[in-house]
Amino acid sequence: MEQFLQQIASGLANGAIYACVALALVMIYVSTDHINFAQGEMAMFSTYISWQLMSWGMSFWVAFVLTVLISFAMGVLIERLILRPLHNAPVLSIIVVFIGLLAIFNSMAGAFWSYLIKEFPSPFPKAEFGIAGVIGPHQLGVVLITLIVLGLLFVFFRYTPLGLAMRAAAQNPQSARLVGVRVDWMLALGWGLAASVGAVAGIMVAHIVYLEPNMMGGILLYAFASALVGGISNPAGAVAGGFIVGILENMVAYGGNQLEKATGIYIIGNGEKLTVALIIVIFVLTVKPAGLFGRVVVKRV
Amino acid sequence: MAALLEVSGLKAFYGQTQSLYDVAFDIPMGGITTLLGANGAGKTTTLRAICNMVRTDGTIRFDGKNIRGMATEEIVRQRIAHVPEGRGTFTTLTVDENLRIAAYTRKDKQAVKDELERVFVYFPRLKERIQQQAGTLSGGEQQMLAIARALMLKPRLMLLDEPSFGLAPLIVLEIFRILRRINEEEKVSILLVEQNAALALDLATHAYVLETGKVVMSGPSDVVKNDENVRKSYLGY
Repeated sequence: MEQFLQQIASGLANGAIYACVALALVMIYVSTDHINFAQGEMAMFSTYISWQLMSWGMSFWVAFVLTVLISFAMGVLIERLILRPLHNAPVLSIIVVFIGLLAIFNSMAGAFWSYLIKEFPSPFPKAEFGIAGVIGPHQLGVVLITLIVLGLLFVFFRYTPLGLAMRAAAQNPQSARLVGVRVDWMLALGWGLAASVGAVAGIMVAHIVYLEPNMMGGILLYAFASALVGGISNPAGAVAGGFIVGILENMVAYGGNQLEKATGIYIIGNGEKLTVALIIVIFVLTVKPAGLFGRVVVKRV
Repeated sequence: MAALLEVSGLKAFYGQTQSLYDVAFDIPMGGITTLLGANGAGKTTTLRAICNMVRTDGTIRFDGKNIRGMATEEIVRQRIAHVPEGRGTFTTLTVDENLRIAAYTRKDKQAVKDELERVFVYFPRLKERIQQQAGTLSGGEQQMLAIARALMLKPRLMLLDEPSFGLAPLIVLEIFRILRRINEEEKVSILLVEQNAALALDLATHAYVLETGKVVMSGPSDVVKNDENVRKSYLGY
């Protein structure tokens, strides 16, 4: 039983990370209809920045906040400088740019900080955090931080005029222009926010997977699966999808282990987690193309 | 009467195709002007050209200032409100959000609240539906929402693209009555593009007739209404 709860708890922690990255993907998707394949590498690069800041002597949280801000600026700059000229470009050109960004960030990180695996600290004190035997301090901290970030984003999009303008620009850019919204800037802001949320995910997960230029590769796939499971056009769905995928993958491994213990036959285990995630993607796309929480837009004419 | 909007030598292009040829017209301050013409004559294009939503050449002066080439959102901020063809509803946002978005740059929350109340005087039905998702409104309600959203911009000039499109005749009459009130009470000048020429000529003080991207006739509505060709081509009697 305790092992079962542990698996759920660690699933929640992983799910929180997937939820963040999935949300970053969705934020860009809803306003541009593109999946930013470089989202994971941008998050990884941000994580290196925070590592660098800490190695210069800053405390974890100062480095955390600074990194989130730097990532925001980075996201805005990428949109303004690289994607702006491509606003009317065919989809394939944009995909090539995303893949190019992915490769650039990956090799820049390798060049600046080498490909050697680095340890990354956890900011959460062992003594006060965690519930003994079930959830570790870092896992609980990750879930809490994620919930705070998601809460802030929710409040921003739901209750502030700027958040409303961003939603309007994503939903109907032409109409948004006609009420005076600077749609191009809204896109850039969306990129900034996505990069910030990605940075949070990177900094949180680095303690678990260790810091190296390829650390986000698998996570991006999980996040993509999460976004699709939840409904790629629905931010809340993407977050729910993140937690679902996180728990599900652990349950698969747990179930496989139990089965092996009981019958002695190994069918499925830790090694197949990613495979399972991809099977989920394909299954959802086949059965429910809009995702579990995908919005079917109600329209009357 | 001074002209609020002066358009001259206006050309518009979709890619390589030219769809307006030296269109010129004036919109008097406080008046209602209508732009008539068959399908494809360039009515919608003219409105889109004013807001820089197509590639243009020529001059467009608003209140004496050349606005041609300015970004759409900057033109709107000069207080030109464009109610687009198809209404441009933000379908996934609520009615309330659809209206508030037009005031998002304004800091004064109380002023925005007052503005909303003022708009609801014209469109009480929207107030009843304030928390409803805008995509679930009826066609007539969505048209009202589009006009209400334009009003939230405190416009000096309102461009309306076929507000009667796809609506039941009674709803159309209601909307046209509201437009007249808006024109009189809010001192908003109106440029109206309409297929329903009879209705438009009743509402408007001035009319321009477009054919294949050129102005072929213009004058006070009464004169245009009684013109032999207009009667035959657009009024059908």
